[in-house]
Amino acid sequence: MSTPMVKRAANEAYRLPPKLFSARCAMCWFLLGLAALTVASFWTLDLQWAKFLSADAARKMGKFLAELLTPSVNPAFLWKLLVASLETIAMSALGTLLAVIAGLALALPASRTHAEDKAYWRMPTRLVLNGLRSIPELVWAALLIISAGLGPFAGTLALGLHTTGVLGRLFAEAIENAPPGPAYALRVQGVPAGRVFLYSTLAQILPQLLSYTLYRWENNIRAAAVLGVVGGGGLGQMLAFHMGLFHMSETSSILIAMILLVALVDILSYVSRRVLQR
Amino acid sequence: MNATASVILHSPHLRDPAWVSRVFWTGVALVLLAPALVLTEFKPWTLFEPAALKSTKRFLADFFPPKIETEFLLLVARECWRTVAIATAGMALALLIAIPLTLLSTSALSISALPGRMHRIPLMVRQAMRWLLIMLRSVPELVWALVFVRVVGLGPTAGVLAIALTYGGMLGKVYGEILESDESHATNTLLRNGAGRLQAFFYGLLPQSAAELTSYTVYRWECAIRSSAVLGFVGAGGLGQQMDNSMKMFQGGEVATMLIVFMLLVGLADSASSRLRRALA
Repeated sequence: MSTPMVKRAANEAYRLPPKLFSARCAMCWFLLGLAALTVASFWTLDLQWAKFLSADAARKMGKFLAELLTPSVNPAFLWKLLVASLETIAMSALGTLLAVIAGLALALPASRTHAEDKAYWRMPTRLVLNGLRSIPELVWAALLIISAGLGPFAGTLALGLHTTGVLGRLFAEAIENAPPGPAYALRVQGVPAGRVFLYSTLAQILPQLLSYTLYRWENNIRAAAVLGVVGGGGLGQMLAFHMGLFHMSETSSILIAMILLVALVDILSYVSRRVLQR
Repeated sequence: MNATASVILHSPHLRDPAWVSRVFWTGVALVLLAPALVLTEFKPWTLFEPAALKSTKRFLADFFPPKIETEFLLLVARECWRTVAIATAGMALALLIAIPLTLLSTSALSISALPGRMHRIPLMVRQAMRWLLIMLRSVPELVWALVFVRVVGLGPTAGVLAIALTYGGMLGKVYGEILESDESHATNTLLRNGAGRLQAFFYGLLPQSAAELTSYTVYRWECAIRSSAVLGFVGAGGLGQQMDNSMKMFQGGEVATMLIVFMLLVGLADSASSRLRRALA
């Protein structure tokens, strides 16, 4: 009995490249959905490309850029600019400091330190932290202006509230992820919870807390620069004021100061990271 | 003996070797803090002055109940969609900026750098592209939005353009870093054997780092949704613009509804993005 000859195709089915679209391919559906979302976005927004690409807009933009090339160097104005820059940095520093204090205070109830810990307050506190975190600084500032009035105080509080949410969550996670050995050793000796935290957990996670804090401070300087646009003080408030009055040369100086501030922070953070990594 | 022990216990600098430097740096911090308190006009008691308390109370009292009329909810839903749409359209344009600039700026695709150092002209082109990306990135999107509102008027166009420029810079810079930090063996082999730069990119570099690139893009999309809501406050459309209007008219109920919706939106984007990133990892 001879085995039937099987004719082999030059290209067997499994050698063929996969189909471009198959109903079982999750990636295909994802990409299709993404494409649909993008098309729908452009479709439903009444984007005014005609207006943006028109000669009129080009002329306006050109005029704007030309005016930006003549920054004001009036000494009195530059002095005001320096004060506003310092105000921006002070706002970010103080906001971050407030957030560290409040964040650590909220991180304690928001973390489960050991297996027997009931941690009744863990969920409610985390909910509060999520709420604080999900509202951006700028929205906080717009809300706080009603009770704190226009000026840097509202901006500082806004930075503090948003950053409390961010840092509180990061701190709580750091506390929960700290190696449990030293805390356990103290706890079985009957040391109360507060001292266990101070002498074991805090000592272990302090470098991590510090690095989170510095990272958020860097972010907050950037945020503080623009917070003033809604009335929260600093460089942003000057920008909104002079731009609104069409003081173009002043606007230009403020923009340059803003970019320099952000670039300075970037460079400092890059250099310090390099130094610390070495 | 007992006397020495008591001296050590009661003099902190003997108990704690770092005592002096701790005290010194605390002092420095306090001295630096004082002008900061003055500059930021840090006067918490003003929050509790009768006039401030009254306006706060009135505004907060308006928060409850949040406004839930059907007509208003429909408006909020439309603005929500516009916020997401501004972010998505902005990201699409940002990718159009970022991808070519990344290809032009990354040193991972340099042919002249294969034997040793890059030639002067390609090096200069790459540096110029890198500076362009840094420039785009270092202007906050809110400032771009202010500028574009001036040029094209109020509405979503300014928001889309602002997100496109800032996020184009951010994506381009980080894409370049991801490509350069990845394993370069396959790409270099392709380039050495005569593949073009684009071929080496598509067959060597991209498959290696596709997951990381996509995951960063998804994360940035999530950030773009947050910031497109904020851009509304300078008149760039979306939820922020409605919120700004309601705040200016002291409509606490409307603000409360929109804050809740905004928190839900951010939470939704957050969970969608983290699920996607987990699937990619």
